[in-house]
Amino acid sequence: MTKHFFADTAYLTGRSLRHITRSVDTIITTTIMPIAFMLLFVYVFGGAIKPGSHSYVNYLLPGILLITIASGISYTAFRLFLDLQSGIFERFQSMPIARSSVLWAHVLTSLVANLISLVVVVLVALLIGFRSGAGALSWLAVAGILIVFTLALTWIAVIPGLSAKSVDGASAFSYPLIFLPLVSSAFVPTDTMPGPVRAFAEYQPVTSIVNTIRDLYTQQPAGTDIWIALAWCVGILIVAYGFAMVIYRRKIS
Amino acid sequence: MATQPVQAIHVQGLEKSYKKVQALRGVDFDVERGSIFALLGSNGAGKTTVVRILSTLLKSDAGRASVNGFDVATQSADVRGSISLTGQFAAVDEILSGRENLVLIAHLRHLTDPGTIADDLLDRFSLTDAAARRVSTYSGGMRRRLDIAMSLVGNPQVIFLDEPTTGLDPEARIEVWQAVKKLAAHGTTVLLTTHYLDEAEQLADRIAILRGGRIVVNGTLLELKQMLPPAKVEYVEKQPTLEDVFLAIVGNDHQDGDGGHDHNAGTNE
Repeated sequence: MTKHFFADTAYLTGRSLRHITRSVDTIITTTIMPIAFMLLFVYVFGGAIKPGSHSYVNYLLPGILLITIASGISYTAFRLFLDLQSGIFERFQSMPIARSSVLWAHVLTSLVANLISLVVVVLVALLIGFRSGAGALSWLAVAGILIVFTLALTWIAVIPGLSAKSVDGASAFSYPLIFLPLVSSAFVPTDTMPGPVRAFAEYQPVTSIVNTIRDLYTQQPAGTDIWIALAWCVGILIVAYGFAMVIYRRKIS
Repeated sequence: MATQPVQAIHVQGLEKSYKKVQALRGVDFDVERGSIFALLGSNGAGKTTVVRILSTLLKSDAGRASVNGFDVATQSADVRGSISLTGQFAAVDEILSGRENLVLIAHLRHLTDPGTIADDLLDRFSLTDAAARRVSTYSGGMRRRLDIAMSLVGNPQVIFLDEPTTGLDPEARIEVWQAVKKLAAHGTTVLLTTHYLDEAEQLADRIAILRGGRIVVNGTLLELKQMLPPAKVEYVEKQPTLEDVFLAIVGNDHQDGDGGHDHNAGTNE
């Protein structure tokens, strides 16, 4: 049955993408919080923060992008949970299709939805003064890191999506992920933080990812940060994928 | 396969436990090709467990089961190619239209010309008028009919209906019954579970009663009736049942056989 894996995944992805195009509000609610954060920090706190010589929008955009993804993946868990609850997941599982297509379709849909949200947020950032002279290659690298980060968080989202007992449980897991960037180098330089907080901020994944993205579009050498960032993303991806698969197998056997 | 097995479903010694609860304690039954078999039992009797094992969604602890000649444990992909499952809750995509739901399933079954297949089924289940509407606007009865229509895409040989009329109003129930009768007339084998006695009585060629994880009785309606004390002849004035009254008041054109009327009151707000 695996010979149909790609065709099945494509049809099922088409199905859940239609869910997104028919409920555009999910894209709006996904982007509204990061955009509000961005406006709040730039226009309310920004004047007092002054992190170095760059404009503050340029400084905080990477953190905002990560918040966008963290809030976007809660819809992935939500959509997966609804499929399980409505019984359509079981219908698919009892059909002669490649069974794992059902999960992959949700993962790909999550990727597409998050990329759309990211584009919306970057457009708003451009409107309020974000500028970068970085070339196509740097932007490709930024896109690559954001894609790996989205995939990692998406597989985390699959876990509550498959195992939650209620809608709230399926989407509440993303709140700590949304706030993780606040305790990182995303909004203020970490050297003003007190000892333990600073240690946490400097060694948590968001800081290396934020620094890498910032370096890439400000045309600074990214140094070792890019490898640390990738290692975090790929590491989270593998662990989350492993856990999700264990839960998935238990679900279908 | 060279020789088609006579039995569409064969179940022998099926056992299944969930943690400490023993849901099935050795279930045996056979379902003949092209017949309607009702698994009757109260809630928690293990009906859904049987259906989930037969549709390869759950593995049994002991015993064996085959569907369309394929073992559910070792040839599960072949089993999935022979069956369709209509679960307890209408498993339809609310955001898609009725037609899109059918087209999706036809694509997933890798059939040629999904559009025509969808249109045929919409017509057969009197959903043509609602074809382009989102399923979230459908009434319970329409949803159930679409659900069953989705199960028929690709003409699977065996269909499992798990409590197909639970939660439906009396009119929608009759619609579903007609759909099921038509299925069997087309030669499809139907295994249905229910806790409504009249449903089993109306539809099934054979009825098995599941109680405490075991089949306690298995036979035709006639055989089951003969097991009871002989009928006594009494003269009682026939009072209309509440169902008779209800259907007389709301109009029951549904019983005229073709099921071609869309009587989903409540959707025409």
